Amino acid sequence: MFSGLLTATVFLPALAAVLIALLLRRDSHVRWTAIAATVATFILSIIVFVGYDSAAGGVQMVDLYQDWIPIDALRAQYLLGVDGLSAPLVLLTGLLGMSAALASWRIQLRVKEYFFWLLLLQAAVMGVFLSLDLLLFFIFFEFELIPMYMLISIWGTGRPRYSAMKFVLFTLAGGAFMLVGILALFLSPTVNTLAMVSIPEAGIVGIPDLIAGADLIAPAALIFSFFLVAFAIKLPLWPLHNWLPDAHTDAPTAVSVMLAGVLLKMGGYGLIRINVGMFQETSGFTVADAAGILAVIAAVSVIYGAIVTIRQTDMKRLIAFSSVSHMGFVMLGISAVAGAGGTMASGGLNGAALQMFTHGTITGLAFLMVGLTYDRAHTRYIPHLGGLWRKMPLIAIFFFIAGFGSLGLPGLSGFASEIMIFLGTFPVWGWATGVAAFGVVLAAGYTLWMIQRTFFGPGPAEGGMSLEQYEKLEDANWVDMIPVVALAAPILIVGVWPSVIVDVFKVGIEATLRS
Amino acid sequence: MTAHDLWVLSPVMAMAGVAIFMICADLVVNNKRLLAYMGFAALAVPLFFSLNLWFGWVGDFSAGPALFDSIIADRFALFFHFLLIGVTGGVILASIRYVDQLPEFRGEFFALVLLSVTGMMLLVSARELISIYVSLELTALPVAALAAIKRDGRSVEAGLKFLVLSAVSTAVMLYGIAFIYGYTGSTHLETILARLAEIPAADGQPFGSYAVLFAIVMIIAGFGFKMAAVPWQMWVPDVYQGSPTPVAAFLSVASKASAFAVLLRVMYTAFGADSLTQDWSSLFAILAALSMLVGSLLALAQTNVKRLLGYSTIAQGGYILAGVAAVAANTETGAQGAGPQGVMYYLAGYAFTNLAVFFAIIAISNRTGSEMISGLNGMGRRSPVLAVLLTVGILSLLGVPPTVGFMSKVVVFSAAVNSGLLWLAVLGMLTTVVSAYYYLKIVRAMFFEDAEDDSPVRADPPLLFATGVAAAGVAVFGVAPWLILHLAEKALTILPSAAGA
Repeated sequence: MFSGLLTATVFLPALAAVLIALLLRRDSHVRWTAIAATVATFILSIIVFVGYDSAAGGVQMVDLYQDWIPIDALRAQYLLGVDGLSAPLVLLTGLLGMSAALASWRIQLRVKEYFFWLLLLQAAVMGVFLSLDLLLFFIFFEFELIPMYMLISIWGTGRPRYSAMKFVLFTLAGGAFMLVGILALFLSPTVNTLAMVSIPEAGIVGIPDLIAGADLIAPAALIFSFFLVAFAIKLPLWPLHNWLPDAHTDAPTAVSVMLAGVLLKMGGYGLIRINVGMFQETSGFTVADAAGILAVIAAVSVIYGAIVTIRQTDMKRLIAFSSVSHMGFVMLGISAVAGAGGTMASGGLNGAALQMFTHGTITGLAFLMVGLTYDRAHTRYIPHLGGLWRKMPLIAIFFFIAGFGSLGLPGLSGFASEIMIFLGTFPVWGWATGVAAFGVVLAAGYTLWMIQRTFFGPGPAEGGMSLEQYEKLEDANWVDMIPVVALAAPILIVGVWPSVIVDVFKVGIEATLRS
Repeated sequence: MTAHDLWVLSPVMAMAGVAIFMICADLVVNNKRLLAYMGFAALAVPLFFSLNLWFGWVGDFSAGPALFDSIIADRFALFFHFLLIGVTGGVILASIRYVDQLPEFRGEFFALVLLSVTGMMLLVSARELISIYVSLELTALPVAALAAIKRDGRSVEAGLKFLVLSAVSTAVMLYGIAFIYGYTGSTHLETILARLAEIPAADGQPFGSYAVLFAIVMIIAGFGFKMAAVPWQMWVPDVYQGSPTPVAAFLSVASKASAFAVLLRVMYTAFGADSLTQDWSSLFAILAALSMLVGSLLALAQTNVKRLLGYSTIAQGGYILAGVAAVAANTETGAQGAGPQGVMYYLAGYAFTNLAVFFAIIAISNRTGSEMISGLNGMGRRSPVLAVLLTVGILSLLGVPPTVGFMSKVVVFSAAVNSGLLWLAVLGMLTTVVSAYYYLKIVRAMFFEDAEDDSPVRADPPLLFATGVAAAGVAVFGVAPWLILHLAEKALTILPSAAGA
């Protein structure tokens, strides 16, 4: 089976990257090629999302080449496919990839290399969401390191090399655990495949069907925790979140957008696909046994992240820490998988999946707006800012949309996902949900307080920019606004019409749950 | 000596012939570059004889051993013949410009390399302990001369260190061989296997007898020196730093590959009985763990590229040893250990990787004269092509997908997990994380630091060609691992206890 559509979606940006590296010389050509490639990828991702038939369900548009590594010791295949869980994330990756390329319009330093890495990054993330073979999944998951390392190190601000190295070491450490977990799953008796799901049409029987009730080569709890560590680093969850604020703060705007928007979602996706999808009927230990601990970690992440966020004085660092809090909600929704009375329940998982999508657009937009503000005011230090509203109303408006979305204002997408998580999780882990719900209050606190200190007030604060500088501030122009509008639209649309995304996620989540 | 013996020895004799030809030609050919190209072209002869044995085109060939059962040209040996000939070709191309720094020894340099390779080719073909010992010495002596060929303080120190330690290690090994001979009455690997099975094991003694334990430890110590495994690694950083860079490249790849090859043959043939494998498997697991840890941790503080690569090669040796240790069958499924296959794939991939790295460093230091990491500053702009090729090699050493370094780590660790060595795989992955710190230092210097001197750096064409081929191998065999894995599978059918792999 080889329809080729998914292969094209993954490798089109990579192809454009190679083209840029080898053939193009002038910066303007590079920019236009990169933008054309990301727009084309976005269109492909829309085709994938719309083309996915949620009534039929299952895995669709399969690209399979079985003889990739045909030896017994490592039977990996080239297997791409899309299901209800990955389809919305593919759409998100296409959207954010395009927004990131557009937001990089003003990059002047080493333009060719910049777009080369940015496009490779997008290809890697797309590959993570579309590959259904564990080794292929891992290859894309790790490959994303190199572009990120380069992008943060060369085009970052502050202490970019320190932050980039920290990012690499954390991710590699997570990857190390994951690879051992993958090998342990593969080498367990009765498994001997790396397929992540079953695809009856292609004659593929996946790991979830093969390890039900069987003994694994190592204790299931150990393998589960290997994957958990890898994805908790990526998501990130307390206490493994340490790399995120540094990487975010020092990364260039477009890279922050990609990082918050889609890279973190690789963690959530992995948790649902592997930790939840494969450990439901393993003997001796199942995901339901761990759900209580997951709920605690989630609640701690939400509250700890929110409290640290309030204390931040750098706008970008503030939004970065708020991601820790918001990703805690994703974990909270996942912990509801144990269900009331021990049955598998999908309510919280649907909310978690939607939260990944909405957080991608909301935080992506927030980073974009911080980037625009910083380009003009040349500082992100909150006490030095003030009164920006009067000089740049457009930026302010879209900043509000991102802020309100982030604190869960009804009518915006953040509300839809958070309420789904709370409704799904409360019957199972009432106390954890109660604690975590307080995080929404804190979110309102830090978001509104930041907006008030930076955009309102009489004018520039003490020690900040001079009145003269303040008078020269300009609002965003139409070039800046294209990616902004592209990211704001889904926040509003999903806010009033969540089912456009949720209905697809539901299909995938239902297929993931085995009882 | 029969015609059959001659055919079995033909690749080795051809390689020795090329070496002697180089010494003679050195007397009459004044253009030393031409001489190097002649040597490179002449490698086609041993290559032809090796291919001939693999495919059985002409001559009196059968898999049977020759020279009183001491030498064999089976596919396992031929696999390494190909690898060694390829490495030699690369090293010759990479040295063409480098040997200008050694005006007195330009011809001898190549002859010494070829003589050492002759020893290695003999080593991978040997199936008898005394032959192994003799070929080990033949391998080591030219290398000691090569290490000292620059004749400055560090170079002479490197040569002397290598010579003395190499002599000590082979002497220790000879002692172990004596014990084996005393215990079993034979030095032939297969006879040893049979005799060990006949002698009843003493209860509670590892390897069935303290004598065998002692002998095996001594023999491993001899090989451990060549493989640069901890605790026999002390010579590595000094010798790498002191000797000419092409020699360090040659040592790190060819010497290592042949040592691992003969280690596999000895362990899987002479000591391949099930009762013994468990014992030496845990021995190698410990050596692997030590090598990974010591290599990675000591590399962290290095500022000299060659010293850093010296420590890195120790750590890489640890990963390969994990494959050697992965001999036990899966206790749950009964699947045979894939360790040897993984080791062969790792060695081939490591050859491409390390040659790409060393060749790029040779090209850069030929021009800048610096072997410090800071000497690489700004290479991203001064020489984009070399910088990219070097980065490919470094990423492969680090094990980032989709390079061959990543795939070989996956294969080796998969074999380790299969044999119940989950802890070793976890440790290996964690030391990989540590290694990111020092490997990326090199990438960082090239792309993020500014150089004082911004003049472009050019590599001479043969060197650039060799670097490009090595880097291309890194990419190709990473994406298409089966190309090597199938070869290794065919080659391994001759090792009795690895036949199921």
